[in-house]
Formats: sequence, C-alpha cells, structure tokens
Amino acid sequence: MRVRSAGRGGAPGARGPGMADTALFEFLLTEMVAELWARDRDPDPGPRGQKTSLSALEGMGFRVGQALGERLPRELPAFREELDALKFLCKDLWAALFQKQMDSLRTNHQGTYVLQDNSFPLLVRMASGVQYVDEAPKFLAFPCGLLRGALSTLGIRSLVTASVTTLPACKFQVVIQKS
Amino acid sequence: MAVCVAVIAKENYPLYIRSVPTESELKFHYMVHTSLDVVDEKISAMGKALVDQRELYLGLLYPTEDYKVYGYVTNSKVKFVMVVDSSNTALRDNEIRSMFRKLHNSYTDVMCNPFYNPGDRIQSRAFDSMVTTMMIQVC
Repeated sequence: MRVRSAGRGGAPGARGPGMADTALFEFLLTEMVAELWARDRDPDPGPRGQKTSLSALEGMGFRVGQALGERLPRELPAFREELDALKFLCKDLWAALFQKQMDSLRTNHQGTYVLQDNSFPLLVRMASGVQYVDEAPKFLAFPCGLLRGALSTLGIRSLVTASVTTLPACKFQVVIQKS
Repeated sequence: MAVCVAVIAKENYPLYIRSVPTESELKFHYMVHTSLDVVDEKISAMGKALVDQRELYLGLLYPTEDYKVYGYVTNSKVKFVMVVDSSNTALRDNEIRSMFRKLHNSYTDVMCNPFYNPGDRIQSRAFDSMVTTMMIQVC
C-alpha cells in the first residue's frame, strides 16, 4: 500500500503522481474484504467465522498503523499528552491517508475519545443512507486497526471500535487502556 | 565518527547495539546502559518545559575522559545512543544531529518493512550498512 506521508517527496495534499494512491488503496481494501469473506464462508459460516476475518483485517491495520505512527510524526515536536496524540491522529494521520481531516473529536476526559468522520472516504463509494449499514463494519475493521497501531507506537494502549448509523458518516470510539 | 551506536526500545531493552573495537564491547554496553538514566532524566525534565522543535535531539548526555555520549529520542520513545571518541577533534553538533537524523530515517524504514516485527532485534542489512558508514574510523 502506498501512502503519501510528510517527509517524502511531494507535499501532503499535492495532486499529481500521488493521485492514484488512494484509488489503489481502496481497490486493495475492497479485495481484501471480499477475499477474507469468500474464504470463510465454506468452513465456518456464522458469527465466529466473521469474527476471524474482522480480526485479521484489524491486525493488518494494526501493523500498518505501527509503521505510520513511526514515519509520520518524524518532523513534529514530541507529544506531551494523550490529547496531542489524538489530535495527531485526527489531523495528520487522517490527512495523509484520506486527504481530509477527521470532522470532530470529542472526549469525556476520562480516557474515552469519539472521532467522527461525516464522509469517510472508504464508505463514500457505497450508497449514502442506511442501505448497506450491515456491510459497513467489514470496511471499518482496517481503519480501527490503523488507529490502534498508530496509538501503540506512540505509547498508548487502546481499544478502537467503529459504529455506523448512516453511511458515509462513521464514528470511531477510542478507549485508552490504563495499564 | 561513532565508536558505538545503540537503538533502545521504549521498554528500555536494546533493539540494536554495535561497537567498533570488539575487545571492549562490554564497556560500551555498560556505558549505553548507564546513559539510559540520563536520557530518562532529560525526557522528564523536558515534559515540564515548553514544547520545542529541537526536543528530539537530546545533546551531550555525559562526557567521560575518553568518550562522549549523545542521545536522541523519537516520538515513539525509541532512543538512539551514540558514543564517540573524545580524541576525535570536535565533531560539530550539526554532524551529530545529521547522524541521528540518518539513524532515525533508517529506523523508520526498518519499521515499515512488513517482515519486521516491532520489538524484535534489528537484523536489516540496510540498517547495518548505514551504521557502518557512520562508524568508519578516520585514522
């Protein structure tokens, strides 16, 4: 997966040779979801099989998030508190991956953060409305892993879940695990 | 040029440590180990001061009679420690900073390698050769 990152050649947000990257990533993610679902249908249809695929996708997102969490903050000053790390996720990480920032970040100041994206680029391609709400979680497993991986490189253990009520808006809930 | 280069993970165990003259390796390992205390001290002191761009580079950690130890910490709390020969006349600050920057870039590349599991020892040959260029003795 090719992702534009600050510190590489082009400026973040520049059009031009980088434009194909997002399309490639979307196709790859669609194929990953389709492949994992097709394989699981035969041996273990039902909720257990689905959970394995979701956790496989989340695991992939986790590893990618770990690498991004190392590469993207390179030029930035050190994060002094959790909120800085969350803001980095909403602004820099999301902008590098999806060319837009997260629309809102809310917190209860006790370790739970809700990140809301009103038009999540991976879901925008599907119908907008409630038609595919059941299928949406498959495509959100990878971004959840991504957020969890980036946070783990920054030293924060967390649990990330996603919820969708109407496409293409979705919410990611990050719960910091106190160790 | 550096005499010893070490990459320490955030849990304070070495991911990579390499030194030049192989007879006194244990001495370098010990020096890197003791310098970790100084690094932790600087990090916690920094947390109370104002945020500054230069935070990643920690500067001279402590000088001994033969060697000087420099430190650098990344945003993911991975520490780089470099031991240089004191007799090597005045390696300027900029050169040390550029060496750390090269280390950071190579470490990021290692992290992005899908075959590397974060937390393992670094065995990448590209990383090795980059460190070798930094450790070539002048004399």
